[in-house]
Amino acid sequence: MKFDKKDLLGIKDLSVNEINLILETAESFLEVSTRKIKKVPTLRGKTIINLFYEASTRTRTSFEIAAKRLSADTINISASTSSVVKGETLIDTARNLEAMNPDIIVIRHSASGAPHLLASLVRQSIINAGDGAHEHPTQALLDMMTIKEKKGKIAGLKIAIVGDIAHSRVARSNIYGLSKMGAHVTLAGPATMIPRHIEQMGVKVFTKMEDAIAGADVIMMLRIQLERQNQNIFPSLREYSQRYCLNRGNIGLAKKTAIVMHPGPLNRGVEISPDIADDPSRSVILDQVNKGVAVRMALLYLLGGGHE
Amino acid sequence: MRLLLKGARIIDPAQKIDSPLDILIQDGKIAELGKDIARAGKAKTAGETKIIDLTGMVVTPGLIDMHTHLREPGFEYKETIASGCAAAVKGGFTSIACMPNTFPVNDNRSITEFIRRKAAEANLANVYPIGAISVGSEGKCLTEFWDLKDAGVVALSDDGRPVMDAALMRRALEYAHSLDLPVIQHCEDINLSMGGLMNEGYYSTILGLRGIPSLAEETMIARDILIAEFTGTSVHFAHVSTAGSVRLVREAKKRKLKITAETAPHYFILTDESLQGYDTNLKVNPPLRSAQDVEAIKEGLTDGTIDVIACDHAPHARTDKEVEFEYAQNGISGLETSLGLSFSLVHEGTLTLEKLAEKMSWNPARILNLRKGTLACGVDADITVINPQLKWIVDIKNFRSRGKNSPFHNRVLLGGAILTIVGGEIKYAAPSLKL
Repeated sequence: MKFDKKDLLGIKDLSVNEINLILETAESFLEVSTRKIKKVPTLRGKTIINLFYEASTRTRTSFEIAAKRLSADTINISASTSSVVKGETLIDTARNLEAMNPDIIVIRHSASGAPHLLASLVRQSIINAGDGAHEHPTQALLDMMTIKEKKGKIAGLKIAIVGDIAHSRVARSNIYGLSKMGAHVTLAGPATMIPRHIEQMGVKVFTKMEDAIAGADVIMMLRIQLERQNQNIFPSLREYSQRYCLNRGNIGLAKKTAIVMHPGPLNRGVEISPDIADDPSRSVILDQVNKGVAVRMALLYLLGGGHE
Repeated sequence: MRLLLKGARIIDPAQKIDSPLDILIQDGKIAELGKDIARAGKAKTAGETKIIDLTGMVVTPGLIDMHTHLREPGFEYKETIASGCAAAVKGGFTSIACMPNTFPVNDNRSITEFIRRKAAEANLANVYPIGAISVGSEGKCLTEFWDLKDAGVVALSDDGRPVMDAALMRRALEYAHSLDLPVIQHCEDINLSMGGLMNEGYYSTILGLRGIPSLAEETMIARDILIAEFTGTSVHFAHVSTAGSVRLVREAKKRKLKITAETAPHYFILTDESLQGYDTNLKVNPPLRSAQDVEAIKEGLTDGTIDVIACDHAPHARTDKEVEFEYAQNGISGLETSLGLSFSLVHEGTLTLEKLAEKMSWNPARILNLRKGTLACGVDADITVINPQLKWIVDIKNFRSRGKNSPFHNRVLLGGAILTIVGGEIKYAAPSLKL
């Protein structure tokens, strides 16, 4: 099967076959990262631009490593060092980058829909590395890959996503992806963090964390953004962590074999207790990071024409 | 010179007329309305008469848009008074009332006089400035209502910015009432809408865009109904967009309160579902709402809860719209599409032609206390001639407005203005009309 999309803007646009193709391609790339010489010539001569309008360590590094292991040339642009500070619009930046003939542009932006704007303007492939509270498709793909590896499947699993759903692009991409792959997704968070009508996405919604994680195969904890406290969506970190922190006590409600995921960065002791985050029998957080490189290699390969 | 319009279907809600009649225009006024008027009319005075055959056409009192943004002074790159007036007459509007959110804000006599002078120079549509309720529209101190009225404002509004302070709103309504100046409220509790980019609902959830709840509009409407009731004053609600707002206004009217309300074409044509491509031309405030809201707005138009269809003409330059959705400005350039879009309500049976003319001419005239909106003998000859079967494609390249920001580009519309007469003078004639 050929991947015939120009861009990867969101999981919403992907079919089950396309998700499977990406995951299978990613598996074949896992091995590259374990070699002594971690490099294949697949994308030699291709140019990949990482255009990051929002701070990122994990995702940007992961894309850069993925591109380099495929022998592509990578350029990193972050908003603070680019023309953005001189007032250049995204559209002008895009057209200037296009004029330099890159092959793929990876974009992260705090405004939802920014990758769509970029994709409509330039002929290059666009990969969404996270846009506002909209989607973070590569995170969902690496999460699915991790679940598949640990659980052998996705279909039929009970997966709980806990935290600030309203502001989470990771949650949205995972809801789309996991539902398409046949999982039962439950959400939990304070009512102030549950966006309106999200149940129409085919998920069950709880305000008590315990109800969502009871019997779960997978628990995905979301990062609490500390600055949200000013918006009155939660009273204090103290209260939040008393009710929504995954710890030794409440994890007992999930299946004994349940795995724990987190997109990072962690707020230790806020949404996840350190002993859970560091428990190798539960936590797959670093496996997620590891899969991230493979998933991004697969996408660069599929979109970069490496399969041609 | 006289103008004699022959053979059209005449709609005049004020006189309850819907019949084929001729109209004679002389000295800028409607001179005669009747069957088979002779060349010179009853008066038989000397001079030439230009006869225009309008068989198959509909004639209404000149359309009045009571919610336009002309952008001048301050934002001439978006629109000037001249370009806005050119757009108005092309869209069939003979009169427009312009909101005060210019720079500087129209909160004093000199800005009002400037707008009127520029409008007179443009010499196209009648322009009626709306003055600010508060100085700088900052919601703190009342402007000089008397002086503004003397300078020519026909209403007061801080449009774009709601009057959040209930005490200030109370004083504004009381003070304006004693002057017979209507007050127009932009209904939005900004604490509830803070940072919002689109209607809060399923689509804002999946698009990851911060929501503006219908509650933000309805809370303000409910509050102002209470203030108007308590003070015995009237208030007009701009661009009503939600089912809850329609319900509140309907109940208030049942209790005989002096409440009037308007909506804009995009609130009965488009829904928030259309935002899925992040098209910034669909970004408006209040935001496009749900399909249920659209139905409620139509019901409100049919049963008279909503008195007026206004454009909320909000022209913007490309630089204001060709950015990320979050950073784009709110608004649709509406003067040139409003009639065609609103006419779909007639074709689908939501409104009769008479009701459409009422909402686009007679009611705005009454709310703004203008001696217009009717074809009665002796009033200014402001007339709009509509071809109800005119099939046309919206093309922003043909807009006279500087604002090309229209989500209706390429839409096929049925019905449009072919002739716009202001004060007895032809200000717009479609090329298809052979004069």
